Amino acid sequence: MTLGLRATGVSHRYGAVTALEGVTLDIPAGETTVIVGPSGCGKSTLLGILGGLLRPSAGEVTVEGNAPEACLNRLTYVFQDFALLPWRTVAGNVALVLEPHGLSRAAREARIAEVLAMTGLSEFADAWPRQLSGGMRQRVGIARALAVRPAVLLMDEPLSALDAQTRELLLDEVSALIARAGATVVWVTHNLAEAVRLGERIVVMSRRPGRVRAVLRRGEAAASEAGLWAMIRDEAADAARELADG
Amino acid sequence: MRRGNWRMAETVPFRARGFVARERGWAAAVTLLAVLAVWQIGAELRWFSVAFLSTPAAIARALWHLAISGELGRDLGASLGRLLGGWLGGTLAGLVAGLAIGLFSTLRSPGMAVVSALFPIPKIALVPLFIIWFGIGEGSKLVTVGFGVFFPMAISTIAAVDAVPRNLIRMGQSFGLSQAAVVWRIVLPGALPALLAAMRITAATAIILLVAAEMIGAENGIGAFVLRAGNLYDIDALMAGIAVLSLIGLVAARLIGLAERALLKWR
Ligand SMILES: Nc1ncnc2c1ncn2[C@@H]1O[C@H](COP(=O)(O)OP(=O)(O)OP(=O)(O)O)[C@@H](O)[C@H]1O
Ligand SMILES: [Mg+2]
Repeated sequence: MTLGLRATGVSHRYGAVTALEGVTLDIPAGETTVIVGPSGCGKSTLLGILGGLLRPSAGEVTVEGNAPEACLNRLTYVFQDFALLPWRTVAGNVALVLEPHGLSRAAREARIAEVLAMTGLSEFADAWPRQLSGGMRQRVGIARALAVRPAVLLMDEPLSALDAQTRELLLDEVSALIARAGATVVWVTHNLAEAVRLGERIVVMSRRPGRVRAVLRRGEAAASEAGLWAMIRDEAADAARELADG
Repeated sequence: MRRGNWRMAETVPFRARGFVARERGWAAAVTLLAVLAVWQIGAELRWFSVAFLSTPAAIARALWHLAISGELGRDLGASLGRLLGGWLGGTLAGLVAGLAIGLFSTLRSPGMAVVSALFPIPKIALVPLFIIWFGIGEGSKLVTVGFGVFFPMAISTIAAVDAVPRNLIRMGQSFGLSQAAVVWRIVLPGALPALLAAMRITAATAIILLVAAEMIGAENGIGAFVLRAGNLYDIDALMAGIAVLSLIGLVAARLIGLAERALLKWR
């Protein structure tokens, strides 16, 4: 069994800006939950709070269940901008996240080789990040996340810095990899096709301040590209109307 | 080619010429040699008086005599010791202070206040004070150089730490790296390019301050040597001393360049 997350009454303010307001949300263990919503509605903020990188202004997040024995880092991120250390090689970037866990050198190297093979990076173990294409850089980001056998993968628009073709190609690979990892996944995206393809549950957020507008299950009528579009358009129209009314 | 009426099948002219930094070692050497040659020939042709400006050949001769008499070795040794000691001490202290101020927000405002207040003081003006405090010997020289290096190093370190991308730090924290590991594996390597660039500048500062300190009060060292030669109107020896200073600067810059090449392979 893996971990689930529960956000209860989570709000977040940046100074005068309220990014999130009263978000209550269940992230069931072992499922892939996709979060979509208009730009600036607080998706990244929510993900930061879910993984303990941001302290919410109000409310709390609880972790439920048991992380597998082998798990080294329960809540693990894949970042939109990859967040690779440019002064470490591909293998070195993966090694970084294994270093706090006191593995033997041999165990560490075996694990690095394993995740690099899984992500098709074996030949690039000694390459510097600057020598890689965007798609390959994100593969490193994913290899690094898989290396710690995460219980929950928190992915903030992991493919949106990539061109459309690379995104298409990587999407299938990544979904196969995370299925194999058996982790709970929270995947933020603004790409509705991606949301429909990946999401066992799709959380639609309202415009800022972000609230949960709908939680859709795969197969529901609204959990289609057209259905999601309708909701997002609706939010944008409301925002425009508010702006016009002053 | 007439305006508004393009000829067919014309090769597109290449327009992106220049503005690409490319090293040409031989060009640098040839230029320096040419300058020396013009200088020497100018003296032979009496474009200027050798009583006021020595010639490369005379400087080389003076250097040779100073070297075999052991005078150069004594003064150079004294200067290099002070330079290295003062620079290392100031660099290390500046690094530690800059890291502390850069990393701990409680230290930031007090630390910045002290550093900003003391940084603009021309350190040469402090040499007489340092001589009173630390004596005419090595102490005042080391402190002058160290103090002068400390401030630019501390300020550069603070800026370098601030410039390390926050997302990398958050990444490290999200994978459970300890504070120490974040500093050691992310902040320091991320700041390294800026730190090495700062060291290039502080090496030059150190040489300036050393010579000033040695001129104000010292029995030996290249600064004292140059002053002595000036008092004796020994232009050849004076310029030999200056040539040695220039060489020290070149070697220091070269060493830092080598360190950059070794440590920043990833760029
Ligand atoms: N560090 C910050 N300081 C101030 N305001 C911030 C900060 N981070 C985010 N915000 C604001 O909070 C709101 C929510 O930001 P967030 O990045 O969570 O949105 P998002 O849904 O991820 O947006 P996007 O789709 O553009 O990625 C935005 O209006 C943003 O301007
Ligand atoms: Mg975002």
